[in-house]
Amino acid sequence: MSVIADEGGFTRKVTSYPRFLLHSFGQATSGSPLFYAWMTLLTALALVGANAWANQVANGMQITNMTDHVSWGLYIANFTFFVGLAAGGVMMVIPAYLYHDEDMHDMTIVGELLAIASIIVCLLFVTVDLGRPDRFWHLFPFIGRFNFPISMLTWDVIVLNGYLLLNMHICGYLLYIRFLRQKPNPTWYKPFVFVSIVWAISIHTITAFLYCGLGGRPLWNSAVLAPRFLASAFVSGPAFILITFHVLEKLAGLRFGEGARRTLLNIIRVTCLLNIFLLLCELFTEFYSGGSHTASARYLFFGLHGHNSLVPWIWSAVLLNVAAAVMFLLPQATRNRSFLTAACLMTFAGIWIEKGMGLIVPGFIPSTLHEVVEYLPSVTEWKITVGIWAFGLMVYTLILKIAVSVLADRGTTGDPPGT
Amino acid sequence: MSTDSKPPKHDSGKIGFDRRTALKGGAAMLGMAALAKAIAPITEWTSDMSVDEFLQKHYKELKPGELQTVLARLEREAVEDHGVDVSINDYRPKEGVKFGYALNLSICIGCRKCAEACHIENNHDRETNQSYIRVFEMEKGGIDFEKGDANYNHPVPQKDKFYMPVQCQQCENPPCVHVCPVEATWKEQDGIVVVDYNWCIGCRYCEAACPYHARRFNWKKPEIPSQDINPDQGYLSNRVRPAGVMEKCTFCLHRTRKGKLPACLEACPTGARVFGNLLDPESEIRWVLENKRVFVLKEELGTKPQFFYFFDE
Repeated sequence: MSVIADEGGFTRKVTSYPRFLLHSFGQATSGSPLFYAWMTLLTALALVGANAWANQVANGMQITNMTDHVSWGLYIANFTFFVGLAAGGVMMVIPAYLYHDEDMHDMTIVGELLAIASIIVCLLFVTVDLGRPDRFWHLFPFIGRFNFPISMLTWDVIVLNGYLLLNMHICGYLLYIRFLRQKPNPTWYKPFVFVSIVWAISIHTITAFLYCGLGGRPLWNSAVLAPRFLASAFVSGPAFILITFHVLEKLAGLRFGEGARRTLLNIIRVTCLLNIFLLLCELFTEFYSGGSHTASARYLFFGLHGHNSLVPWIWSAVLLNVAAAVMFLLPQATRNRSFLTAACLMTFAGIWIEKGMGLIVPGFIPSTLHEVVEYLPSVTEWKITVGIWAFGLMVYTLILKIAVSVLADRGTTGDPPGT
Repeated sequence: MSTDSKPPKHDSGKIGFDRRTALKGGAAMLGMAALAKAIAPITEWTSDMSVDEFLQKHYKELKPGELQTVLARLEREAVEDHGVDVSINDYRPKEGVKFGYALNLSICIGCRKCAEACHIENNHDRETNQSYIRVFEMEKGGIDFEKGDANYNHPVPQKDKFYMPVQCQQCENPPCVHVCPVEATWKEQDGIVVVDYNWCIGCRYCEAACPYHARRFNWKKPEIPSQDINPDQGYLSNRVRPAGVMEKCTFCLHRTRKGKLPACLEACPTGARVFGNLLDPESEIRWVLENKRVFVLKEELGTKPQFFYFFDE
C-alpha cells in the first residue's frame, strides 16, 4: 500500500514542477494590453542597449568617455547603486522574520524578487565595464585564477552570486510550495532567510570595501563609507518597494496591507535621517581639516579650479534627500499614498546620484597626481545603461507577475492553478 | 496580498493555434531576430579571435613548449595585423638582480625626452601620444602636485619651477597587484611589476588602486605605422598590446634584463636618471641611495616605491 502511495506522490512531484514552470511561463507571456505595451517598450530599450554594447566590444572602449584619469564611470556608478538596492530589498525580510510579523511573510517576496532583479543588473553593469568580456572565465574559481582572499573584487564575486542564489532559492521554494497549495516547510527556507539577512549586509559592505580599501583615493579611503552605503541602501530599497506597491495597486488592482506599508515607512524614517547624518560626518571631516586630500570633496561640492560639472548634481541629490526626509516625517506620509510615493521617488533619485556618479566620479577627480580631467558619459554609455535598466525592470516585472499570480491564489483545496 | 480581478480563464482545453498564440509566437520570433541583429558586431569581433587565443592559459601556467607556441602565434599575428616581422621573447628575471631607479630633481629640465623615448620604445599608440611617463612642472617651495602642471607648453626650464617625471614606482607593496581579481598582474623576482596582456580582463581596478597614475588602459587597439614599430619585443613588456587590457612601465625589461639601460634613461640629455641593481653594492644606484638624501613619493601610503628622487646640494 505504502509503496503505491509513495509512487503516486513521486509521480505528482515529478509532474508538478514542470506544471509550475508552465504556469510561470504562461503568466510571463500573457497579460493586459498595458502589460504587453510595457514589455514591448522594455524589450526595445534593452535591444538598443545590447546593440550599443556590441559596438563597444567591437570598437573598444574608446567610444565611452572614460579616460585613464577617470577610469570608471556610469557603469560602475550604477553597479554601486544597484548593489544597494539589492541589499535594501532585505529590509522587508528583517521585520517579517526577526520580529515574527507573519502578515509580512508574503510581502517579503516583493523585496526578495527586487534583490534578484537588482543583482542581475549589477552583474550586467560589471560585465559591460570589462575591457575583455571574452575573458570572463578567468574570474571563475578553479578554472581561472581567482585572487582570493587578497582582491576585494573576488569577495564581491562570491557575495553577489551567493546572494543571487540565496534569494532565488527562497523565492523559488516558497512560490512553488504555494503553487502546490501546501504549507512551506520551515527547514527548507527559514535558515536561508536568516543567512540572507546577514548576506545582504555583506554585499554592500564588501562593495564599499572595494573603494575604501584604496589608500591612494582619499575620497573613498574613509571608514564611514560602508555605513553610509548601508544607510542609503536601507532608504532606496524600501522606497522602491513602496513605489512597487503603489504601481501594483494602481495598475494591477492588487491590495497591500497597511501594516507592511507602515513598517517600511518607519524604517525609512530612521534610515533617511541616518543617511543624512553620516553625510554630515563625512563633510565635517573633509572640510574642517582641509588639505590636498580633501580636493575630491571640494571638487564634488564646490568645484575645483573652475571645473564644476558635478556640483549641480550633488546639490540636487542633497536637496532631494533632505526634502524627502522631511516629507517622510510629516503625517501626510501615512495618509496620502501619492505624497508618500513622491517622497520615495525623490529620495530614490537622490540616492542614485549620491551613490552613483556622485561617489565614483569624484574619486578620480583630481587624479592621484592632482590632474583635473572631468567626465560626462557618452551616448554609448547612456544607451547601455538605459538598456540594462530596462532589462532589469523586465526581469522584475516578470518575476513579480508570476509571484503575484501564485500568491493571490487563495484556494485551500482542489488543484493548483494552471492545471 | 489579494486581487480584485476575476480568476483568469484557462483555455488549456483548446487544441491548436488561436490567433493570440500565433501573434505571441510571431512577436517572439521578431524579438529573437532583432536581438541577433543588435549583437551582430560581437559576432564579427569574435570571428577575428582564434580559439587558441581565447583558451590561452595564464603566463605562469604555460609550459615552456606552450609558451613558444604562444610567442610564435603572436609573431604571426603581428605580421597579419601590422605587416612587420617582430621578435617577441620571454625575458626572465636574473638571479641576484633587483632593479631600482633614481632621479635627480636638481638637474631635470623638463624636456620630456624620456616620455618621448618611452612612447617609441614601448610601441605606444601614436595618435594619443601615450607614454608611461608624465612630467610635472612644479612650483618651487614644496612638492605639491596640486600646484603642478603636466600639460605645460613653453620653453623649459622655466625660472622658479622644477620638473618631476613620474612613472611606475615598482612598489614593494603594490596595491595594483593586490586588487587584481585574476592575478593578471604580479611582481617579478627582480622587482618589476608586469601584466599578462593575454590574461587581463580589463576591469581597471588596478588603475583605480595605483596612487601614482602609473597604469594605462588600452581604450582601443594601439595604432602605429608599420615602419615605426619597435620589433624587439617582450611578451611581458613592449609588444603591441591588444585592446581592452591594462599596461604599464616595465623598466623596459626587454632591454634591462639583457643588461641594457631603460630607454628613458638613454634619452635623458642631462643625466638626471640613475638605474641599476640594488643588490650590487658597487652599483651607481646604491651610491646614490647611500650618499644623497633621497625620498619616495607618498611614503605615508606604505607602498614602498623602488623609484627614488633626490636633489643635489
